[in-house]
Amino acid sequence: MRQIVYFIKKFRYFLLFIVLEILAFVIIIQDYSYQQSKFVNSANYISGGIYSKVNSVNEFFHLKKNNQLLSEENARLKNLLGKRENSYASDTFKVIDTSQYFQKYEYSTAKVINNNYTKRNNFLTINKGSKNGLTPDLGIINSKGVIGVIKNISANYATVISILNSNSKINVRLKKSNHFGTLVWDGKDYNVTQVIDIPRQALVRIGDTIVTGGKSAIFPEGIEIGVVRDFIYEQNKYQQINVLLFNDMSAIGEVQIVKNLHKDEQVTLEQSVVNE
Amino acid sequence: MNNVVLNNTIRFISLLLLQVLVFNHVNIFGHINPMVYIVWVFLFPFRKNRNWLLIFSFLLGISIDFFSDSAGVNAFAITFIAYFRLPIIKAILRKPEFDYVQFNLKTISNNKAFLFIATLTIIHHFIVFSLEYFSFEALTSIIFNTILTSIFTILISILGIVLFTKKK
Repeated sequence: MRQIVYFIKKFRYFLLFIVLEILAFVIIIQDYSYQQSKFVNSANYISGGIYSKVNSVNEFFHLKKNNQLLSEENARLKNLLGKRENSYASDTFKVIDTSQYFQKYEYSTAKVINNNYTKRNNFLTINKGSKNGLTPDLGIINSKGVIGVIKNISANYATVISILNSNSKINVRLKKSNHFGTLVWDGKDYNVTQVIDIPRQALVRIGDTIVTGGKSAIFPEGIEIGVVRDFIYEQNKYQQINVLLFNDMSAIGEVQIVKNLHKDEQVTLEQSVVNE
Repeated sequence: MNNVVLNNTIRFISLLLLQVLVFNHVNIFGHINPMVYIVWVFLFPFRKNRNWLLIFSFLLGISIDFFSDSAGVNAFAITFIAYFRLPIIKAILRKPEFDYVQFNLKTISNNKAFLFIATLTIIHHFIVFSLEYFSFEALTSIIFNTILTSIFTILISILGIVLFTKKK
């Protein structure tokens, strides 16, 4: 017993070092499991508060650009509305059946108060949290494409796994055909992401638009993400497809949160099929 | 004694805020963000009892991690160089006995101070990028990023140390 005490006394400094390093390593390893929400994140009272204070100054400089984005999106939505009115007008009669109206996605807005895009695993922090009804695994988009998926939640803030993260895997498809693939990022250029798992019979051309696929329970189908910049087709399959994003991931201000109101139904159904 | 505590408290908070609010967003050449918070390890007073250095370095690292969502990467790396600070400075000075009270970065020659800062910076950056990429395939990216970021970290740290510390 005395020898153990002596040992601890003698190597106290080294033991402290080992304990701290193991603690840090456990935190890192814990972060690599995607499912678990992590302890060290910026969605807390202190860092969230400081970021939102700094951002309130910062956003002032982007007002002009944000206004333009907003008006572009307004124009696009008005065009969509205009198309609908036309199709209604050509109808000779109209049936109002409320059971046909159902809302699948609910949108709300938030502001990005911290944005990383230069590291291998990037996260964003937004200024809404559980008080605003957010939960983990909600999608984040803006008018130009997909931003990421919520991971951690605190009362007033949330962290978002950016699509520029090695853990981010988003279901996408070619706009012109229904061939599905997965959007990942190789960590090199923040304007370019990669699509993998596209079946070899799909016809990919440079300039093809990539949109979100309807397979995931997070994002609505058909959100435009980017265009194919170049690809490598070897050994009868697509080795790499580079997609140039519509979004400038280095400058993201206002975002929208997508809540899939049918998610529970879809997930329960899919699981019941797997269990059988 | 009080003066030392106060000085280090101010240094801790200002390095933390400087790193997360300014240097995490400078993006030199599009993607280089110097990690100047490790100046903490260079300037922390050399004492016989080194436990505080380890504990406070770990706390600074984990605070940086909280802000930049990088799990425990920075905490791991800064604790590592905090532990190996003394062996490295002993190896550079080539003296077996070490004068804890008198020692100061400004009292040793410029070359040796530079070597000390550069060694610790490169070790730290290599650990940070290795843990961030976490794969052998990315070894070229890790080394490339380590070298480029180290250059800027060393430059800015030395500038900061020269400008903001008193000559003794």
